[in-house]
Amino acid sequence: MRLIYKILKISNNQFDTIYMATDIIIHDEKDNVGVVVIEKIIPKQDCKCWIMENDTSANIQSMDEIPLGHKIAMIDLNEGDTILKYGHDIGKVIKSIKKGEHVHVHNVKTKKW
Amino acid sequence: MEIPKSFLGYKRENGRAGTRNHVIILPVDDISNACAEAVANNIKGTIALPHSYGRLQFGADLELHFRTMIGTGSNPNVAAVIVIGIEPKWTKKIVDGIAKTGKPVEGFHIERTGDIGTVMKASKKAQEFVMWASEKQREECPISDLWISVKCGESDTTSGLAANPTVGNLMDKLEPLGVHLCFGETSELTGAEKVCATRGATKEASDKFMKTWSAYNDFILKEATDDLSESQPTAGNIAGGLTTIEEKAFGNFQKIGNCKFVDVLEPAEEPKKGKGLYFMDTSSAAAECVTLQAAAGFNIHLFPTGQGNIVGNPIEPVVKLTANPLTVKGMGEHIDCDVSKILSREMNMSEAGDKLIETTLRVANGRLTCAEALGHKEFVMTKLYRSA
Repeated sequence: MRLIYKILKISNNQFDTIYMATDIIIHDEKDNVGVVVIEKIIPKQDCKCWIMENDTSANIQSMDEIPLGHKIAMIDLNEGDTILKYGHDIGKVIKSIKKGEHVHVHNVKTKKW
Repeated sequence: MEIPKSFLGYKRENGRAGTRNHVIILPVDDISNACAEAVANNIKGTIALPHSYGRLQFGADLELHFRTMIGTGSNPNVAAVIVIGIEPKWTKKIVDGIAKTGKPVEGFHIERTGDIGTVMKASKKAQEFVMWASEKQREECPISDLWISVKCGESDTTSGLAANPTVGNLMDKLEPLGVHLCFGETSELTGAEKVCATRGATKEASDKFMKTWSAYNDFILKEATDDLSESQPTAGNIAGGLTTIEEKAFGNFQKIGNCKFVDVLEPAEEPKKGKGLYFMDTSSAAAECVTLQAAAGFNIHLFPTGQGNIVGNPIEPVVKLTANPLTVKGMGEHIDCDVSKILSREMNMSEAGDKLIETTLRVANGRLTCAEALGHKEFVMTKLYRSA
């Protein structure tokens, strides 16, 4: 009995590890950007995304190399579009961005100051 | 996790409790630093708090100077205080302010005596104070005696994703137990200000917040020579992936969890409306903000960081946490609580909050923080405008 429990426990842990592997975390389902949470992602990498707010998963293929903590576009974005993170407006697109590309100061600017 | 209902602190004469037992040598002004540092050098176990101001200030700026000086001396982490200033009047004003707490305090002025005579007199008193304080024992204090201030720094996107929400989780769990809580960083709520205003516990608190934020924002717009892209976000923030002040603000705001703030405080103002969360009007520069919060009476500080801010404070222990695995790897000697497993989803937010509560209580009970062990004692006064 004890042995069976042990085997189940091990297999559960392995299942958890596979299930939990996440490359990108997205705060809110309304967000059009996600954050890279592994050391870096490389071009053409198929990335697993986790949406925190509703605990769902998504997939995206990256176009650029993007380091830990930096953002990836989840959809195509045009100049003047609003970037949504935490479900809120965090700035405007100043240069069009393709789905899977790096989103940062080179293509997004504050609407304040 | 069952949250402990008490910690081991130093009970003070006015009913507050300290997590530390410092004897401080407090200079009233810049030119008294040398004297204060000489006394602290003579008498082991005391610390001097040198700073750059205290001469020819006036109006609200002078009031803030006195509030910061008196508040720092009155903080329950301080057992006794030596005040040293050039002139008798302002020195006495600060001594009288601190004396209201009932703790031992004595002032010395340098005019007519000179540095050497003042150092001798002040050292004798400092020796008396530190030997008296050394006999104080830690006693069991209710957890509601914790006054916890928070501020984040060198933030990156991992701050908003994980380290700041960990602080928010701690707030959600400790607020019902009657602790005092404080967040600040007025300018770093820019972009999230309207959402933050909805967190006022009353309409009065919300209105006061919007008024305070607008005044700070007007000041920034008036003084700004460019778009602030060199300052907010900082180069460190940008390296960590933060793109705009709005993104930084929504990350920052995660620190208060689901709590509502009961009042808006002036810089260094002591909370007067009882337990719960307060917003304080502060700069977003780490040492300035923590100095103001300590002067308001907060006795332990939580500091989430992304890229690795290393700030400390001479009287209020600063507990650092990070969710950035590269920061843990590269500068682990600055990190008291590692919550980087949130990013790999091996730890959930509630587990991280519990881990931070455990760390906070260990530090409240006396464990040194990384910043204390490394000698970080940044004491930085906020100055509102030029002196006369």
